[in-house]
Amino acid sequence: MVKKPAPDQVRTGLGQIVRVPGVGITLRVAPRVLVVVGILLVLTVAVFVLAVGTGTYKMSPGEVVSALFGGGDDAQRFIIETIRLPRAITAILVGAALGAAGAVFQSVTRNPLGSPDIIGFTSGASAGAVLQIVVFDGGSGAVAVGALLGGLGTAAVIWLLAYRGGEGIQGYRLILVGVGVSFVMIAVIDYLQTRAKLEEAAQANVWITGTLNGRGWEQVVPVGIALAVVLPIFFLMARELRMLEMGDDAAVALGVRVGWARNVLLLLAVVLTAVATSATGPVLFVALSAPQIARRLTAATGPGVGAAAMTGALLLLVSDFAAQRLFPDQQLAVGVVTGVLGGAYLIWLLANEWRGGRA
Amino acid sequence: MTDTATDGGVRLRGEELSLGYDARAVSHDLTVEIPDGSFTVIVGPNACGKSTLLRALARMLKPSVGTVLLDGGPIQSLPSKEVARRLGLLPQSSIAPDAITVADLVARGRYPHQGLLRQWSREDERAVAAAMASTDVTELASRAVDELSGGQRQRVWLAMVLAQETPIVLLDEPTTFLDIAHQIEVLDLCAELHQDQGRTLVAVLHDLNHACRYATHLIAMRDGAVVAEGDPSQIVDAELVERVFGLRCRVIPDPETGTPLIVPAARQRQREHAPAPSLPAAAT
Ligand SMILES: Nc1ncnc2c1ncn2[C@@H]1O[C@H](COP(=O)(O)OP(=O)(O)OP(=O)(O)O)[C@@H](O)[C@H]1O
Ligand SMILES: [Mg+2]
Repeated sequence: MVKKPAPDQVRTGLGQIVRVPGVGITLRVAPRVLVVVGILLVLTVAVFVLAVGTGTYKMSPGEVVSALFGGGDDAQRFIIETIRLPRAITAILVGAALGAAGAVFQSVTRNPLGSPDIIGFTSGASAGAVLQIVVFDGGSGAVAVGALLGGLGTAAVIWLLAYRGGEGIQGYRLILVGVGVSFVMIAVIDYLQTRAKLEEAAQANVWITGTLNGRGWEQVVPVGIALAVVLPIFFLMARELRMLEMGDDAAVALGVRVGWARNVLLLLAVVLTAVATSATGPVLFVALSAPQIARRLTAATGPGVGAAAMTGALLLLVSDFAAQRLFPDQQLAVGVVTGVLGGAYLIWLLANEWRGGRA
Repeated sequence: MTDTATDGGVRLRGEELSLGYDARAVSHDLTVEIPDGSFTVIVGPNACGKSTLLRALARMLKPSVGTVLLDGGPIQSLPSKEVARRLGLLPQSSIAPDAITVADLVARGRYPHQGLLRQWSREDERAVAAAMASTDVTELASRAVDELSGGQRQRVWLAMVLAQETPIVLLDEPTTFLDIAHQIEVLDLCAELHQDQGRTLVAVLHDLNHACRYATHLIAMRDGAVVAEGDPSQIVDAELVERVFGLRCRVIPDPETGTPLIVPAARQRQREHAPAPSLPAAAT
């Protein structure tokens, strides 16, 4: 029956097979993904040190590293520990959360546009935050809670509207319903803005562009916890996620519990997005572009949650650095920079695919 | 483990199924048995519910009434991965993830045999190599699936299902898009799996001559119901073809195999509504 055995060719595209003798453990690892993640990690550390060292009070990378490990003088340690360190860490964590959640959304919906900032979760979170600012005059903690509830509530509404008995949640319906809900939320925000007093409107405006200004440890902790819980589950479910990309029928035929896997993955991605958004406001385009950039860097066909998380972290850290450096006298919101970078990338992506005749 | 539960030689059966989508009912009170070790072929006109039946048998569509039994138990209550080790399905149309390679796609057929710590065994490697060789796609291994021709793509998906190595294999139109040589090659492969490896095959085919030649058990459907079933040599005649497809034809023995060969009546004869007389040799 076997006409031409060609064992080498079988592995094309499967990466490296690692066998642990004796216990029967075999793992598939993609060397290129490891290399890319490694490079991203090194770059992130480098930008991190640079970002922590720059500002009105400048420090050399050496001083930064020594202060991070308990050296340096009190002033240096104070600036680093209370201001720059938590801000840089927030950027990394929020970027990673958005990148990972975006990768999951895009895989589950099988569509690069299936990312939380397009399908309404982010504008739902904004509406929740603006509601707090304008109507309830909430402080920053209350605003974060409002954003969290807004994001989760919007997700629940979208889920219910997109759900259909028999086939559950389908990607295209999720996106269409999400885009619709997103516009409704934007209208709500606009309406609230017109009712707001001047300074409330300004505060709301800053919030809905997304910013890392003044972010501290109270943002690091919740996002860190969410990532620590959700990322490992994403990694454990990476194989299911990859199978979901083959379409429902093929995935069911191969033994994936499609409805269950999809709901768990979507729920966790929604939580991750909502927590990240409540920390910084909606930072646009990270969730959309990071997974797409990661896919092209790793040349992988799978969802690549890890690579997307690292790309998101680096993208947000660099964007925040640029936002602070480009106009030192006025604090530019990071959402503007990621919007420009991500927007340019999105246009390039679409133009490229249309030219390639794929879309 | 699984053979003990067989019930009179039927591992897979649908009992009193009502099938449909939302408002559209396709089948009502449909009972189908797939004889164990058979090469069952399902034929019937477009939209008569063949794919719907296959999807229900593979637990992709939940019957509104009735149950599908696999090895005596309701298929919906068996663990999904366990089912996928016993029963594989080639859907009528499938979408490959962007830019996936042929080898990667075929390898995904091994999913039900793998686990978190068992991601690629030698068994997986052997099964994938064998499946790719038998469907003639080994040379395509590193190509992207979305850059293949329709026929090549069809064979790649078939390879994925074969790599699953299930005792029961359901194939929805495995020969569409294939040239005549590859059609016969795929059907020969199915016959081989059936005869040499004792697997149970169920295929939807549109070519009645292929169906009659390869099937050990034929199921003819119309409007969501089974019109006739059994050994094709015993049940296929001009009257059945007319009843199922509304097509007038002659049925003669296949000169190669002796199985029924369907020769559609010429255009003029199709128009006549009188019962088909014994036709002269040349249909003028
Ligand atoms: N996803 C769906 N939603 C709604 N109706 C459907 C769906 N799939 C099939 N149908 C309808 O169910 C009926 C049976 O379709 P089915 O696909 O089972 O036909 P089939 O016998 O496989 O036809 P073909 O030979 O064309 O493949 C048709 O009337 C079809 O329009
Ligand atoms: Mg069909």
